[in-house]
Amino acid sequence: MKIAVVLRQVPDPIEPLELMPDEKALDYGEAGFLVNESDEHALEQALLLAEDGTAEVTVLAFDFGDVETTLFSAAAKGVDRILTIPWEEPFPPGTDVATALFADAIRSVRPDCILIGCQAHDELEGAFGPRLAVELELPYLGVVRGVRQTAKEMVLEAHKEYPGAAKARMSVQLPAVLGILAADQPPRYVPVSRIREAMKSAEFEELELESVPPSVAVSVARLSFPLRGDGARMLEGNEREVAEQIAEILVEKGVLT
Amino acid sequence: MSEQDVLVVADLEGDSISNGTLELIGAAGQWTETHGGQVLAALLSTDGASQAMRLAAADRILAVDNPVLAHYCPGPFLDALSEIVRREAPRLVLFASSTVGLDLAPGLAAVLKTPCLGNCRAFDAEGDAVMATCSYCSGKLVAELQAKGRPVVLTLLPGAFHPATRIGKGELEPVAMELAEGAIRFEEMILADQSDVDITQQDVLVSVGRGIQQEDNMELAQELAEALGGELAASRPIVDQGWLAATRQVGKSGMIVKPRLYLALGVSGAPEHVEGMSGSELTIAVNTDPEAPIFEIADYGVEMDMLDLMPELTEVLKRKRAVSYER
Repeated sequence: MKIAVVLRQVPDPIEPLELMPDEKALDYGEAGFLVNESDEHALEQALLLAEDGTAEVTVLAFDFGDVETTLFSAAAKGVDRILTIPWEEPFPPGTDVATALFADAIRSVRPDCILIGCQAHDELEGAFGPRLAVELELPYLGVVRGVRQTAKEMVLEAHKEYPGAAKARMSVQLPAVLGILAADQPPRYVPVSRIREAMKSAEFEELELESVPPSVAVSVARLSFPLRGDGARMLEGNEREVAEQIAEILVEKGVLT
Repeated sequence: MSEQDVLVVADLEGDSISNGTLELIGAAGQWTETHGGQVLAALLSTDGASQAMRLAAADRILAVDNPVLAHYCPGPFLDALSEIVRREAPRLVLFASSTVGLDLAPGLAAVLKTPCLGNCRAFDAEGDAVMATCSYCSGKLVAELQAKGRPVVLTLLPGAFHPATRIGKGELEPVAMELAEGAIRFEEMILADQSDVDITQQDVLVSVGRGIQQEDNMELAQELAEALGGELAASRPIVDQGWLAATRQVGKSGMIVKPRLYLALGVSGAPEHVEGMSGSELTIAVNTDPEAPIFEIADYGVEMDMLDLMPELTEVLKRKRAVSYER
Protein backbone atom coordinates (compact mmCIF):
# COMPACT_ATOMS: atom_id res chain seq x y z
CA MET A 1 0.00 0.00 0.00
CA LYS A 2 1.21 3.50 -0.81
CA ILE A 3 0.33 6.23 1.69
CA ALA A 4 0.74 9.94 1.03
CA VAL A 5 0.83 12.34 3.99
CA VAL A 6 0.31 16.09 3.60
CA LEU A 7 2.27 18.22 6.07
CA ARG A 8 1.37 21.90 6.38
CA GLN A 9 3.15 24.72 8.15
CA VAL A 10 0.96 26.89 10.39
CA PRO A 11 1.74 29.92 12.53
CA ASP A 12 2.81 28.87 16.02
CA PRO A 13 -0.38 29.33 18.09
CA ILE A 14 1.64 29.99 21.23
CA GLU A 15 3.54 32.99 19.84
CA PRO A 16 1.88 36.43 19.59
CA LEU A 17 0.33 37.06 16.18
CA GLU A 18 0.99 40.29 14.26
CA LEU A 19 -1.10 41.78 11.44
CA MET A 20 0.03 43.47 8.23
CA PRO A 21 -0.62 47.27 8.16
CA ASP A 22 -3.66 46.81 5.87
CA GLU A 23 -5.09 44.34 8.45
CA LYS A 24 -5.94 41.87 5.70
CA ALA A 25 -3.34 39.24 6.48
CA LEU A 26 -1.10 37.91 9.21
CA ASP A 27 2.41 39.32 9.22
CA TYR A 28 4.06 36.03 8.33
CA GLY A 29 7.49 37.64 8.55
CA GLU A 30 6.94 38.00 12.29
CA ALA A 31 5.35 34.59 12.80
CA GLY A 32 7.04 31.44 13.97
CA PHE A 33 5.98 28.32 12.10
CA LEU A 34 5.55 24.71 13.01
CA VAL A 35 3.95 21.64 11.51
CA ASN A 36 0.17 21.56 11.83
CA GLU A 37 -0.60 19.43 14.87
CA SER A 38 -3.16 17.11 13.30
CA ASP A 39 -0.91 16.67 10.23
CA GLU A 40 1.75 15.41 12.62
CA HIS A 41 -0.78 12.87 13.88
CA ALA A 42 -1.53 11.93 10.25
CA LEU A 43 2.17 11.19 9.76
CA GLU A 44 2.26 9.10 12.94
CA GLN A 45 -0.79 7.15 11.75
CA ALA A 46 0.88 6.49 8.40
CA LEU A 47 4.03 5.23 10.11
CA LEU A 48 1.96 2.93 12.33
CA LEU A 49 0.18 1.50 9.27
CA ALA A 50 3.55 1.03 7.58
CA GLU A 51 4.88 -0.84 10.61
CA ASP A 52 1.83 -3.10 10.57
CA GLY A 53 2.30 -4.07 6.96
CA THR A 54 4.34 -3.16 3.97
CA ALA A 55 3.15 0.36 3.29
CA GLU A 56 5.38 2.94 1.70
CA VAL A 57 5.01 6.44 3.16
CA THR A 58 5.53 9.56 1.06
CA VAL A 59 5.38 13.00 2.63
CA LEU A 60 4.37 16.11 0.67
CA ALA A 61 4.85 19.71 1.78
CA PHE A 62 5.14 23.23 0.46
CA ASP A 63 8.64 24.67 0.71
CA PHE A 64 7.46 27.34 3.14
CA GLY A 65 8.01 28.36 6.74
CA ASP A 66 10.15 26.06 8.85
CA VAL A 67 9.46 23.11 6.56
CA GLU A 68 13.04 21.77 6.58
CA THR A 69 12.87 21.07 10.31
CA THR A 70 9.56 19.28 9.79
CA LEU A 71 10.84 17.22 6.87
CA PHE A 72 14.14 16.23 8.47
CA SER A 73 12.15 15.10 11.49
CA ALA A 74 9.87 13.07 9.16
CA ALA A 75 12.94 11.54 7.52
CA ALA A 76 14.32 10.61 10.92
CA LYS A 77 11.02 8.95 11.76
CA GLY A 78 11.45 6.70 8.74
CA VAL A 79 9.33 7.98 5.85
CA ASP A 80 10.31 6.55 2.50
CA ARG A 81 10.05 9.60 0.27
CA ILE A 82 9.83 13.37 0.71
CA LEU A 83 8.40 15.62 -1.99
CA THR A 84 8.42 19.41 -1.79
CA ILE A 85 6.34 21.87 -3.77
CA PRO A 86 8.23 25.11 -4.51
CA TRP A 87 6.66 28.22 -2.98
CA GLU A 88 8.36 31.59 -3.32
CA GLU A 89 5.76 33.88 -1.70
CA PRO A 90 6.25 35.24 1.84
CA PHE A 91 2.77 33.99 2.76
CA PRO A 92 1.38 30.44 2.58
CA PRO A 93 -0.81 29.37 -0.36
CA GLY A 94 -4.55 29.96 -0.06
CA THR A 95 -6.97 27.07 0.15
CA ASP A 96 -7.75 26.83 -3.58
CA VAL A 97 -4.10 27.03 -4.64
CA ALA A 98 -2.99 24.55 -1.98
CA THR A 99 -5.77 22.15 -2.98
CA ALA A 100 -4.88 22.26 -6.66
CA LEU A 101 -1.12 21.95 -6.15
CA PHE A 102 -1.30 19.23 -3.49
CA ALA A 103 -3.73 17.33 -5.74
CA ASP A 104 -1.29 17.55 -8.67
CA ALA A 105 1.54 16.41 -6.43
CA ILE A 106 -0.49 13.51 -5.04
CA ARG A 107 -1.49 12.36 -8.53
CA SER A 108 2.20 12.03 -9.33
CA VAL A 109 2.57 9.63 -6.37
CA ARG A 110 -0.58 7.60 -7.11
CA PRO A 111 -1.15 6.61 -3.47
CA ASP A 112 -3.84 4.23 -2.20
CA CYS A 113 -4.47 6.32 0.88
CA ILE A 114 -3.98 10.00 1.63
CA LEU A 115 -3.72 11.04 5.28
CA ILE A 116 -4.03 14.68 6.30
CA GLY A 117 -4.81 16.49 9.53
CA CYS A 118 -8.55 17.07 9.75
CA GLN A 119 -8.11 20.68 10.81
CA ALA A 120 -5.66 23.56 10.97
CA HIS A 121 -6.14 26.67 13.05
CA ASP A 122 -5.39 28.99 10.11
CA GLU A 123 -8.12 27.61 7.81
CA LEU A 124 -10.67 30.27 6.87
CA GLU A 125 -12.59 28.29 4.29
CA GLY A 126 -13.38 25.17 6.24
CA ALA A 127 -11.26 22.06 6.43
CA PHE A 128 -8.82 21.37 3.60
CA GLY A 129 -9.17 17.58 3.45
CA PRO A 130 -12.70 17.42 2.00
CA ARG A 131 -11.68 19.84 -0.77
CA LEU A 132 -8.62 17.80 -1.59
CA ALA A 133 -10.74 14.65 -1.78
CA VAL A 134 -13.24 16.24 -4.19
CA GLU A 135 -10.35 17.51 -6.35
CA LEU A 136 -8.94 13.97 -6.43
CA GLU A 137 -12.43 12.47 -6.93
CA LEU A 138 -11.96 10.31 -3.85
CA PRO A 139 -14.15 9.76 -0.77
CA TYR A 140 -13.27 11.59 2.45
CA LEU A 141 -13.77 10.76 6.10
CA GLY A 142 -12.65 13.32 8.67
CA VAL A 143 -12.31 13.70 12.45
CA VAL A 144 -10.72 10.27 12.55
CA ARG A 145 -9.04 9.00 15.71
CA GLY A 146 -7.19 5.83 14.79
CA VAL A 147 -6.89 3.75 11.60
CA ARG A 148 -6.18 0.02 11.32
CA GLN A 149 -5.40 -2.31 8.45
CA THR A 150 -8.06 -5.01 7.98
CA ALA A 151 -7.61 -8.52 6.63
CA LYS A 152 -8.46 -7.14 3.20
CA GLU A 153 -5.50 -5.34 1.66
CA MET A 154 -7.44 -2.37 0.28
CA VAL A 155 -9.83 -1.91 3.19
CA LEU A 156 -8.99 0.10 6.30
CA GLU A 157 -10.91 0.45 9.53
CA ALA A 158 -11.20 4.07 10.70
CA HIS A 159 -12.73 5.40 13.90
CA LYS A 160 -14.65 8.64 13.40
CA GLU A 161 -15.01 10.64 16.59
CA TYR A 162 -18.37 11.82 17.90
CA PRO A 163 -19.37 13.88 20.96
CA GLY A 164 -19.37 12.13 24.32
CA ALA A 165 -16.18 10.16 23.57
CA ALA A 166 -18.17 7.93 21.18
CA LYS A 167 -16.65 6.62 17.97
CA ALA A 168 -18.10 5.17 14.80
CA ARG A 169 -16.18 2.24 13.37
CA MET A 170 -16.14 2.74 9.62
CA SER A 171 -14.79 0.55 6.83
CA VAL A 172 -12.89 2.46 4.17
CA GLN A 173 -12.46 0.98 0.72
CA LEU A 174 -9.30 2.50 -0.74
CA PRO A 175 -8.37 4.74 -2.40
CA ALA A 176 -9.60 7.43 0.00
CA VAL A 177 -8.60 10.57 1.86
CA LEU A 178 -8.73 10.40 5.66
CA GLY A 179 -8.73 13.49 7.86
CA ILE A 180 -6.88 12.54 11.02
CA LEU A 181 -7.66 14.17 14.35
CA ALA A 182 -5.35 11.92 16.33
CA ALA A 183 -3.29 8.82 15.60
CA ASP A 184 -3.56 5.58 17.54
CA GLN A 185 -0.61 6.80 19.59
CA PRO A 186 0.98 10.23 20.14
CA PRO A 187 3.51 11.36 17.52
CA ARG A 188 6.78 9.59 18.24
CA TYR A 189 9.74 11.38 19.72
CA VAL A 190 12.86 11.48 17.58
CA PRO A 191 16.23 12.08 19.23
CA VAL A 192 18.16 15.07 17.94
CA SER A 193 21.00 12.77 16.94
CA ARG A 194 18.73 10.97 14.46
CA ILE A 195 17.47 14.26 13.05
CA ARG A 196 21.10 15.37 12.57
CA GLU A 197 21.78 12.09 10.81
CA ALA A 198 18.76 12.65 8.57
CA MET A 199 20.00 16.15 7.76
CA LYS A 200 23.09 14.55 6.24
CA SER A 201 21.39 11.80 4.30
CA ALA A 202 17.75 12.73 3.57
CA GLU A 203 16.90 13.86 0.07
CA PHE A 204 13.96 16.09 -0.80
CA GLU A 205 12.56 15.73 -4.30
CA GLU A 206 11.34 19.08 -5.59
CA LEU A 207 8.27 18.81 -7.80
CA GLU A 208 7.75 20.99 -10.84
CA LEU A 209 4.07 21.87 -10.96
CA GLU A 210 2.17 24.36 -13.06
CA SER A 211 1.19 27.44 -11.08
CA VAL A 212 -2.45 27.96 -10.14
CA PRO A 213 -4.12 31.40 -9.95
CA PRO A 214 -5.55 32.27 -6.54
CA SER A 215 -9.31 32.22 -6.14
CA VAL A 216 -11.25 35.45 -5.79
CA ALA A 217 -14.38 33.78 -4.39
CA VAL A 218 -13.35 34.45 -0.78
CA SER A 219 -11.39 37.50 0.31
CA VAL A 220 -10.36 38.89 3.66
CA ALA A 221 -11.94 42.28 4.31
CA ARG A 222 -10.25 42.70 7.68
CA LEU A 223 -8.49 40.80 10.42
CA SER A 224 -8.61 42.04 13.98
CA PHE A 225 -8.00 40.93 17.51
CA PRO A 226 -11.20 40.09 19.39
CA LEU A 227 -12.77 43.04 21.15
CA ARG A 228 -12.10 42.62 24.81
CA GLY A 229 -15.30 42.75 26.73
CA ASP A 230 -15.39 42.76 30.47
CA GLY A 231 -13.80 39.32 30.33
CA ALA A 232 -12.25 37.77 33.38
CA ARG A 233 -11.45 39.70 36.54
CA MET A 234 -7.69 39.27 36.65
CA LEU A 235 -6.08 38.26 39.91
CA GLU A 236 -2.70 39.86 40.64
CA GLY A 237 0.17 38.96 42.92
CA ASN A 238 2.73 36.20 43.37
CA GLU A 239 1.83 32.50 43.37
CA ARG A 240 1.00 32.38 47.09
CA GLU A 241 -1.10 35.57 46.96
CA VAL A 242 -3.05 34.38 43.92
CA ALA A 243 -3.61 30.98 45.53
CA GLU A 244 -5.02 32.69 48.64
CA GLN A 245 -7.33 34.83 46.48
CA ILE A 246 -8.61 31.78 44.59
CA ALA A 247 -9.28 29.98 47.86
CA GLU A 248 -11.24 33.00 49.14
CA ILE A 249 -13.31 33.10 45.94
CA LEU A 250 -14.09 29.41 46.28
CA VAL A 251 -15.20 29.90 49.88
CA GLU A 252 -17.28 32.93 48.90
CA LYS A 253 -18.96 31.00 46.06
CA GLY A 254 -19.61 28.01 48.29
CA VAL A 255 -17.37 25.66 46.32
CA LEU A 256 -14.96 25.29 49.23
CA THR A 257 -16.45 24.86 52.66
CA MET B 1 -38.35 29.06 -4.23
CA SER B 2 -36.78 32.47 -3.59
CA GLU B 3 -33.38 33.93 -4.37
CA GLN B 4 -32.84 34.44 -0.64
CA ASP B 5 -33.75 30.98 0.66
CA VAL B 6 -31.48 29.54 3.31
CA LEU B 7 -30.95 25.79 3.56
CA VAL B 8 -30.17 24.44 7.01
CA VAL B 9 -28.61 20.99 7.14
CA ALA B 10 -30.08 19.18 10.14
CA ASP B 11 -27.42 17.72 12.40
CA LEU B 12 -28.30 14.51 14.18
CA GLU B 13 -26.91 13.40 17.53
CA GLY B 14 -27.79 9.74 17.62
CA ASP B 15 -31.44 9.68 16.62
CA SER B 16 -32.19 13.25 17.70
CA ILE B 17 -31.91 16.61 15.99
CA SER B 18 -29.08 18.50 17.74
CA ASN B 19 -29.58 21.76 19.60
CA GLY B 20 -27.05 23.24 17.18
CA THR B 21 -29.55 22.68 14.38
CA LEU B 22 -32.04 24.96 16.15
CA GLU B 23 -29.33 27.63 16.28
CA LEU B 24 -28.87 27.20 12.52
CA ILE B 25 -32.60 27.74 12.00
CA GLY B 26 -32.43 30.78 14.29
CA ALA B 27 -29.60 32.22 12.18
CA ALA B 28 -31.44 31.41 8.95
CA GLY B 29 -34.55 33.10 10.32
CA GLN B 30 -32.59 36.30 11.00
CA TRP B 31 -31.47 36.33 7.37
CA THR B 32 -34.94 35.72 5.89
CA GLU B 33 -36.49 38.40 8.12
CA THR B 34 -34.09 40.94 6.61
CA HIS B 35 -33.71 39.68 3.07
CA GLY B 36 -36.83 37.62 2.43
CA GLY B 37 -36.91 34.00 1.34
CA GLN B 38 -37.73 30.88 3.28
CA VAL B 39 -35.91 28.69 5.77
CA LEU B 40 -35.47 25.20 4.34
CA ALA B 41 -34.24 22.26 6.39
CA ALA B 42 -32.56 19.23 4.83
CA LEU B 43 -33.20 16.12 6.90
CA LEU B 44 -31.27 13.03 5.85
CA SER B 45 -32.34 9.91 7.72
CA THR B 46 -34.41 6.77 7.43
CA ASP B 47 -37.57 8.25 8.92
CA GLY B 48 -37.86 12.01 8.47
CA ALA B 49 -41.46 12.13 9.68
CA SER B 50 -40.40 11.12 13.20
CA GLN B 51 -37.84 13.95 13.39
CA ALA B 52 -39.77 16.70 11.63
CA MET B 53 -41.44 18.18 14.73
CA ARG B 54 -38.04 19.41 16.01
CA LEU B 55 -37.62 21.30 12.73
CA ALA B 56 -41.04 22.94 12.75
CA ALA B 57 -39.45 26.40 12.93
CA ALA B 58 -38.35 25.91 9.33
CA ASP B 59 -40.75 26.68 6.51
CA ARG B 60 -40.05 23.55 4.48
CA ILE B 61 -38.53 20.32 5.73
CA LEU B 62 -36.97 18.43 2.85
CA ALA B 63 -36.82 14.87 4.11
CA VAL B 64 -34.75 12.31 2.26
CA ASP B 65 -35.60 8.87 3.68
CA ASN B 66 -33.24 6.13 2.60
CA PRO B 67 -31.75 3.07 4.32
CA VAL B 68 -28.22 4.20 3.39
CA LEU B 69 -28.79 7.33 5.52
CA ALA B 70 -29.31 5.33 8.73
CA HIS B 71 -25.85 6.43 9.93
CA TYR B 72 -23.49 9.08 8.66
CA CYS B 73 -21.53 7.88 5.65
CA PRO B 74 -19.87 10.58 3.55
CA GLY B 75 -20.81 9.35 0.06
CA PRO B 76 -24.62 9.19 0.17
CA PHE B 77 -24.86 12.20 2.51
CA LEU B 78 -22.84 14.38 0.16
CA ASP B 79 -24.75 13.10 -2.88
CA ALA B 80 -28.12 13.81 -1.23
CA LEU B 81 -27.15 17.32 -0.16
CA SER B 82 -25.67 18.18 -3.55
CA GLU B 83 -28.91 17.11 -5.20
CA ILE B 84 -31.08 19.14 -2.80
CA VAL B 85 -28.95 22.26 -3.32
CA ARG B 86 -29.12 21.88 -7.09
CA ARG B 87 -32.92 21.54 -6.94
CA GLU B 88 -33.57 24.36 -4.47
CA ALA B 89 -30.75 26.79 -5.39
CA PRO B 90 -30.61 28.47 -1.95
CA ARG B 91 -28.59 31.62 -1.28
CA LEU B 92 -26.91 30.10 1.77
CA VAL B 93 -26.32 26.60 3.13
CA LEU B 94 -25.75 26.42 6.88
CA PHE B 95 -23.99 23.61 8.75
CA ALA B 96 -23.27 23.11 12.44
CA SER B 97 -19.57 22.96 13.36
CA SER B 98 -20.07 19.33 14.32
CA THR B 99 -17.86 16.36 13.50
CA VAL B 100 -20.17 15.65 10.56
CA GLY B 101 -20.61 19.28 9.50
CA LEU B 102 -16.84 19.71 9.36
CA ASP B 103 -16.68 16.91 6.77
CA LEU B 104 -19.70 17.86 4.72
CA ALA B 105 -19.57 21.67 4.47
CA PRO B 106 -16.21 22.02 2.66
CA GLY B 107 -16.96 18.88 0.64
CA LEU B 108 -20.30 20.25 -0.55
CA ALA B 109 -18.71 23.60 -1.40
CA ALA B 110 -16.01 21.83 -3.41
CA VAL B 111 -18.54 19.69 -5.29
CA LEU B 112 -20.62 22.78 -6.12
CA LYS B 113 -17.51 24.94 -6.77
CA THR B 114 -18.78 27.56 -4.41
CA PRO B 115 -17.27 29.38 -1.39
CA CYS B 116 -17.17 27.91 2.11
CA LEU B 117 -16.59 29.93 5.27
CA GLY B 118 -15.82 28.23 8.58
CA ASN B 119 -16.42 29.10 12.26
CA CYS B 120 -18.86 31.96 11.54
CA ARG B 121 -20.37 33.99 14.37
CA ALA B 122 -22.27 36.54 12.21
CA PHE B 123 -23.18 36.97 8.55
CA ASP B 124 -25.09 39.33 6.28
CA ALA B 125 -25.42 40.39 2.65
CA GLU B 126 -23.45 43.20 1.04
CA GLY B 127 -24.60 43.63 -2.53
CA ASP B 128 -24.02 40.35 -4.32
CA ALA B 129 -21.57 39.18 -1.67
CA VAL B 130 -21.99 37.54 1.69
CA MET B 131 -20.02 39.08 4.55
CA ALA B 132 -19.21 36.84 7.49
CA THR B 133 -17.42 37.36 10.78
CA CYS B 134 -15.44 34.26 11.64
CA SER B 135 -13.22 33.00 14.41
CA TYR B 136 -9.63 32.52 13.18
CA CYS B 137 -6.44 31.05 14.64
CA SER B 138 -8.20 29.25 17.50
CA GLY B 139 -10.14 32.37 18.43
CA LYS B 140 -7.09 34.64 18.75
CA LEU B 141 -8.22 36.64 15.70
CA VAL B 142 -11.48 37.69 14.11
CA ALA B 143 -11.72 37.53 10.31
CA GLU B 144 -14.24 39.54 8.33
CA LEU B 145 -14.63 37.67 5.07
CA GLN B 146 -16.35 38.43 1.80
CA ALA B 147 -17.64 35.53 -0.28
CA LYS B 148 -18.95 35.72 -3.83
CA GLY B 149 -20.82 32.80 -5.28
CA ARG B 150 -24.09 30.96 -4.97
CA PRO B 151 -24.75 29.35 -2.67
CA VAL B 152 -22.30 30.32 0.05
CA VAL B 153 -21.72 27.46 2.48
CA LEU B 154 -21.16 28.42 6.12
CA THR B 155 -20.41 26.47 9.29
CA LEU B 156 -21.65 28.31 12.36
CA LEU B 157 -19.96 28.37 15.74
CA PRO B 158 -22.04 26.82 18.51
CA GLY B 159 -23.65 29.41 20.76
CA ALA B 160 -23.12 32.27 18.31
CA PHE B 161 -26.81 32.38 17.37
CA HIS B 162 -29.97 32.04 19.43
CA PRO B 163 -32.02 28.90 18.83
CA ALA B 164 -35.03 29.48 16.61
CA THR B 165 -38.02 31.18 18.19
CA ARG B 166 -39.72 31.87 14.87
CA ILE B 167 -42.83 30.01 13.84
CA GLY B 168 -42.25 28.40 10.48
CA LYS B 169 -44.70 26.63 8.24
CA GLY B 170 -43.02 23.34 9.10
CA GLU B 171 -44.19 21.65 5.91
CA LEU B 172 -42.75 18.16 5.54
CA GLU B 173 -41.81 17.38 1.95
CA PRO B 174 -40.52 13.89 1.21
CA VAL B 175 -37.76 14.05 -1.39
CA ALA B 176 -37.39 10.98 -3.56
CA MET B 177 -33.80 10.21 -4.41
CA GLU B 178 -31.74 7.24 -5.55
CA LEU B 179 -28.67 6.90 -3.34
CA ALA B 180 -25.88 4.36 -3.45
CA GLU B 181 -23.67 3.18 -0.61
CA GLY B 182 -20.27 4.76 -0.87
CA ALA B 183 -16.76 3.42 -0.41
CA ILE B 184 -16.85 4.43 3.27
CA ARG B 185 -19.41 2.52 5.31
CA PHE B 186 -20.66 2.60 8.88
CA GLU B 187 -20.01 -0.58 10.84
CA GLU B 188 -20.84 0.13 14.48
CA MET B 189 -20.97 2.81 17.14
CA ILE B 190 -18.49 2.38 19.98
CA LEU B 191 -19.72 4.19 23.09
CA ALA B 192 -17.55 5.76 25.77
CA ASP B 193 -15.98 3.56 28.43
CA GLN B 194 -18.57 3.53 31.21
CA SER B 195 -16.09 2.43 33.89
CA ASP B 196 -14.38 5.83 34.10
CA VAL B 197 -15.63 8.81 36.09
CA ASP B 198 -18.45 10.67 34.35
CA ILE B 199 -17.09 14.22 34.23
CA THR B 200 -20.48 15.57 33.17
CA GLN B 201 -21.74 14.76 36.68
CA GLN B 202 -18.88 16.41 38.64
CA ASP B 203 -19.24 19.64 40.63
CA VAL B 204 -15.56 20.50 40.41
CA LEU B 205 -13.32 19.97 37.39
CA VAL B 206 -9.63 20.78 37.12
CA SER B 207 -9.04 20.93 33.40
CA VAL B 208 -5.54 20.90 31.94
CA GLY B 209 -4.35 22.03 28.53
CA ARG B 210 -1.06 22.31 26.69
CA GLY B 211 0.37 24.40 29.52
CA ILE B 212 0.93 21.18 31.48
CA GLN B 213 3.87 20.63 29.10
CA GLN B 214 4.70 17.03 30.02
CA GLU B 215 3.04 13.92 31.38
CA ASP B 216 5.03 13.97 34.63
CA ASN B 217 3.29 17.22 35.56
CA MET B 218 -0.14 15.55 35.49
CA GLU B 219 0.54 14.45 39.06
CA LEU B 220 0.51 18.08 40.20
CA ALA B 221 -2.89 18.59 38.57
CA GLN B 222 -4.20 15.37 40.13
CA GLU B 223 -3.11 16.54 43.61
CA LEU B 224 -4.85 19.86 43.03
CA ALA B 225 -8.03 18.12 41.88
CA GLU B 226 -7.97 15.97 45.03
CA ALA B 227 -7.43 19.04 47.23
CA LEU B 228 -10.54 20.53 45.63
CA GLY B 229 -12.54 17.33 45.91
CA GLY B 230 -12.87 17.30 42.14
CA GLU B 231 -11.81 15.34 39.09
CA LEU B 232 -9.34 15.88 36.28
CA ALA B 233 -10.50 16.85 32.81
CA ALA B 234 -8.53 18.03 29.78
CA SER B 235 -8.54 19.71 26.42
CA ARG B 236 -8.07 17.59 23.31
CA PRO B 237 -4.24 17.79 22.94
CA ILE B 238 -3.80 16.15 26.35
CA VAL B 239 -6.07 13.26 25.37
CA ASP B 240 -4.28 12.99 22.00
CA GLN B 241 -1.04 12.55 23.94
CA GLY B 242 -2.62 9.70 25.86
CA TRP B 243 -2.13 11.46 29.21
CA LEU B 244 -5.84 11.19 30.07
CA ALA B 245 -8.64 8.97 28.77
CA ALA B 246 -10.98 10.24 26.05
CA THR B 247 -13.79 10.18 28.62
CA ARG B 248 -12.06 13.15 30.33
CA GLN B 249 -11.99 15.32 27.20
CA VAL B 250 -14.06 18.51 27.29
CA GLY B 251 -15.24 20.06 24.05
CA LYS B 252 -16.82 19.47 20.67
CA SER B 253 -15.75 15.86 20.31
CA GLY B 254 -15.61 15.27 24.05
CA MET B 255 -17.99 15.96 26.90
CA ILE B 256 -20.26 18.93 27.50
CA VAL B 257 -19.79 19.83 31.19
CA LYS B 258 -21.55 22.29 33.49
CA PRO B 259 -19.71 22.04 36.85
CA ARG B 260 -19.96 24.50 39.72
CA LEU B 261 -16.22 25.17 39.29
CA TYR B 262 -14.19 24.80 36.11
CA LEU B 263 -10.53 25.50 36.83
CA ALA B 264 -8.89 25.82 33.40
CA LEU B 265 -5.13 25.42 33.67
CA GLY B 266 -3.02 26.13 30.59
CA VAL B 267 -6.11 25.86 28.39
CA SER B 268 -6.13 28.47 25.58
CA GLY B 269 -9.88 28.45 25.07
CA ALA B 270 -10.22 27.46 21.42
CA PRO B 271 -13.87 27.55 20.27
CA GLU B 272 -14.16 23.76 20.17
CA HIS B 273 -13.10 23.56 23.84
CA VAL B 274 -15.31 26.44 24.97
CA GLU B 275 -18.25 24.64 23.35
CA GLY B 276 -17.89 21.98 26.01
CA MET B 277 -17.54 24.12 29.16
CA SER B 278 -19.27 27.46 28.58
CA GLY B 279 -22.14 26.38 30.83
CA SER B 280 -19.87 26.16 33.91
CA GLU B 281 -21.14 28.18 36.89
CA LEU B 282 -17.71 29.55 37.84
CA THR B 283 -14.66 29.49 35.59
CA ILE B 284 -11.18 30.39 36.78
CA ALA B 285 -8.53 30.39 34.04
CA VAL B 286 -4.76 30.30 34.43
CA ASN B 287 -2.61 30.94 31.38
CA THR B 288 0.73 32.59 30.59
CA ASP B 289 -0.74 34.18 27.44
CA PRO B 290 -2.70 37.35 28.31
CA GLU B 291 -4.40 37.14 24.90
CA ALA B 292 -5.67 33.58 25.47
CA PRO B 293 -9.38 33.50 24.48
CA ILE B 294 -10.20 31.61 27.69
CA PHE B 295 -9.90 34.92 29.59
CA GLU B 296 -12.85 36.26 27.58
CA ILE B 297 -15.26 33.72 29.00
CA ALA B 298 -13.71 33.09 32.42
CA ASP B 299 -15.03 34.79 35.55
CA TYR B 300 -11.55 35.11 37.04
CA GLY B 301 -8.20 34.99 35.31
CA VAL B 302 -4.58 34.58 36.32
CA GLU B 303 -1.71 35.40 33.97
CA MET B 304 0.78 32.91 35.34
CA ASP B 305 2.46 29.59 34.62
CA MET B 306 0.13 26.86 35.87
CA LEU B 307 3.15 24.84 36.96
CA ASP B 308 4.14 27.60 39.39
CA LEU B 309 0.62 28.09 40.72
CA MET B 310 -0.54 24.48 41.15
CA PRO B 311 1.66 23.48 44.14
CA GLU B 312 0.88 26.73 45.99
CA LEU B 313 -2.84 26.42 45.36
CA THR B 314 -2.86 22.78 46.44
CA GLU B 315 -1.11 23.69 49.68
CA VAL B 316 -3.43 26.61 50.43
CA LEU B 317 -6.52 24.49 49.74
CA LYS B 318 -5.27 21.63 51.92
CA ARG B 319 -4.60 24.07 54.76
CA LYS B 320 -8.05 25.63 54.44
CA ARG B 321 -9.69 22.22 54.44
CA ALA B 322 -7.67 21.14 57.47
CA VAL B 323 -8.76 24.27 59.36
CA SER B 324 -12.34 23.61 58.30
CA TYR B 325 -12.22 20.01 59.61
CA GLU B 326 -10.71 21.15 62.94
CA ARG B 327 -13.70 23.41 63.44
